[in-house]
Amino acid sequence: MSDKVLMKGNEAIAEAAIAAGCRHYFGYPITPQNEIGAYMSKRMPKVGGVFLQAESEVAAINMVYGVAGAGKRVMTSSSSPGISLKAEGISYAAGADLPAVIVNIQRGGPGLGGIQPSQADYFQAVKGGGHGDYKLIVLAPASVQEMASLTVKAFELADRYLTPVMILSDGTLGQMMEPVSLDFPQQQVFEKPWALTGTKCARPKNVVNSLHLVAEKLEQKILARYERYKAAEQNEVMCEEYLMDDAEICVVGFGISSRVARSAVNAARAKGIKVGLIRPVTLWPFPDAALKAAAKKVKAFICVECSMGQMIEDVKLATEFSKPIHLVCRSGGVIPSPEEVVGKIEELMINDK
Amino acid sequence: MSKVIIQTDLCKGCGLCIEACPKKIIGIAKHAINAKGHHPAVVLDEELCISCAFCATMCPDCVISVQK
Amino acid sequence: MKTVFEKPKSLSNVPLHYCPGCTHGIVHRLVAEAVDELGIEGKTIGVAPVGCAVLIYEYYNFDMAQAAHGRAPAVATGIKRADPNNIVFTYQGDGDLASIGMAETVHAAARGENITIIFINNTIYGMTGGQMAPTSLPGQVTQTSPYGRNPSLCGYPIKVCEMLATLDGPEYLERVSVHNVKFVRSAKKAIKKAFENQVNNKGFSLIEVLSTCTTNWGLAPTAALKWLEEKMLPYYPVGVYKDRSKVQ
Repeated sequence: MSDKVLMKGNEAIAEAAIAAGCRHYFGYPITPQNEIGAYMSKRMPKVGGVFLQAESEVAAINMVYGVAGAGKRVMTSSSSPGISLKAEGISYAAGADLPAVIVNIQRGGPGLGGIQPSQADYFQAVKGGGHGDYKLIVLAPASVQEMASLTVKAFELADRYLTPVMILSDGTLGQMMEPVSLDFPQQQVFEKPWALTGTKCARPKNVVNSLHLVAEKLEQKILARYERYKAAEQNEVMCEEYLMDDAEICVVGFGISSRVARSAVNAARAKGIKVGLIRPVTLWPFPDAALKAAAKKVKAFICVECSMGQMIEDVKLATEFSKPIHLVCRSGGVIPSPEEVVGKIEELMINDK
Repeated sequence: MSKVIIQTDLCKGCGLCIEACPKKIIGIAKHAINAKGHHPAVVLDEELCISCAFCATMCPDCVISVQK
Repeated sequence: MKTVFEKPKSLSNVPLHYCPGCTHGIVHRLVAEAVDELGIEGKTIGVAPVGCAVLIYEYYNFDMAQAAHGRAPAVATGIKRADPNNIVFTYQGDGDLASIGMAETVHAAARGENITIIFINNTIYGMTGGQMAPTSLPGQVTQTSPYGRNPSLCGYPIKVCEMLATLDGPEYLERVSVHNVKFVRSAKKAIKKAFENQVNNKGFSLIEVLSTCTTNWGLAPTAALKWLEEKMLPYYPVGVYKDRSKVQ
């Protein structure tokens, strides 16, 4: 066990990326994720890597497309408005089957919104964001340790499933400091025979491309991609269950909301209420099975979100509307308090009597 | 062996080679139609060809090769 | 007999899809000739634009990427930074490079990114059916300037070489044309030099090639060459706009 260090969430992401073998980072300044770029600008030259402050979010994601196309591990990061700008490039990377890691340290929106933490880009991350038939694998850390470990995981998933992977976090986790271990398991090396490395006049050319003018050919590409998505759904779902064994109410929350939810669950348990937590770690693939199983035993669900309620739609789908699903949410950069969640839990218990 | 070889099946009959030829010995084969539906270029009088490759230099489809 | 002219090895056998007389094909060939002559086919990586030349990745035998509209210089930056030993170039039209991708163009130039850009200026959007381009001439009739480009309404054409020459970043900027043999030969020289600069790690080179669009100009192929010579050359003078190797 290596020693833990005290780090900001944003810095933990940057250091973990380097540990994962990422030697190319492209970004554009935007609050509240600037620590990532600042950290990379210091560290990359020391590990023989490339930090480049791009002229725009759009340029940054296309530089990512270039490095990913050349077969190297690469990352960009931004916050909500910047991710909207990157949407085009993310769609192209998905369409060209390129592995890359994109970090979204969310802030309130829409528009320029605010700079306080938010989870209102859930739909954008999980349901598309860019155009066309594609999905991103989306990971939602809930601690500084997970900011690091899920970043390492993101690079592995990107290479394994040939897809961009998004870390969907928020300004609170980005800015908060916690002890973190930077001791990661040995990285698997993925062969990339499709990469643009120059033919060396020794192999047929490689083409990195998302254009297929014959509809049936494009469909074949999409079908092949969805086969990989299916494998990811089978193999990569991650979620945490907390005090769910005897729970009558299930609180669901990811990222920063799950920390609020956990406090609320503990407070309600102290009052003798049987309540548990399900925390999706992969937002796509979503932990449908865990929620479906929970629906068989709990009386109701409470979703906790820093948005007007986005993840709740996936909870409804996963549970097939079989139990009542309630929402405790704040938006615009406001985080719901544990008391608000406990209030809802107590309300449900009273109504139940 | 011909000095100018035109891959007539790929020629689009644009005529840029005709314009470029200093000896004016290339023309369009008005009575021939290739698979692409074009009247291809043909060398009318190879005897006069000086192998300058001006035709090939201007050919946008790279269907002309020249020998000396 | 000795071969004095044949298809360069870097060009694939896929027939070009361009309209009859379109000079894209000439420029494709010049790039292939430069690559062959420099012996860099095995380490050359091209980046295709969006526009008529989008399928250029079919036409070369070396590795190719296809980029989003206007983003080729950013993609090329990524590919080059991933392995600086490779020779990376973009091939872009006027809408791609000088309109939607102007920021990527200017900043790659300002960074002195060690890449080569081949810029086709034919004063029009070809693939989409002949809309006004950032380089359309004043008075030029296009699908979206049906009464002629009126500078008081939609501004003036952008002279890319002149504009980039104000930057410290670029190594080499030259505007060439391909409307006759003489000009094609100097275009070849310029394109080869632009690649050679990259091989020698000199930095950013851009060659603007005045080119035709027979279909959307509504002209026969030879008439289009004449139009280029008579209308475009006076507005877009050919020549070297920047060459750091010539500055003492």
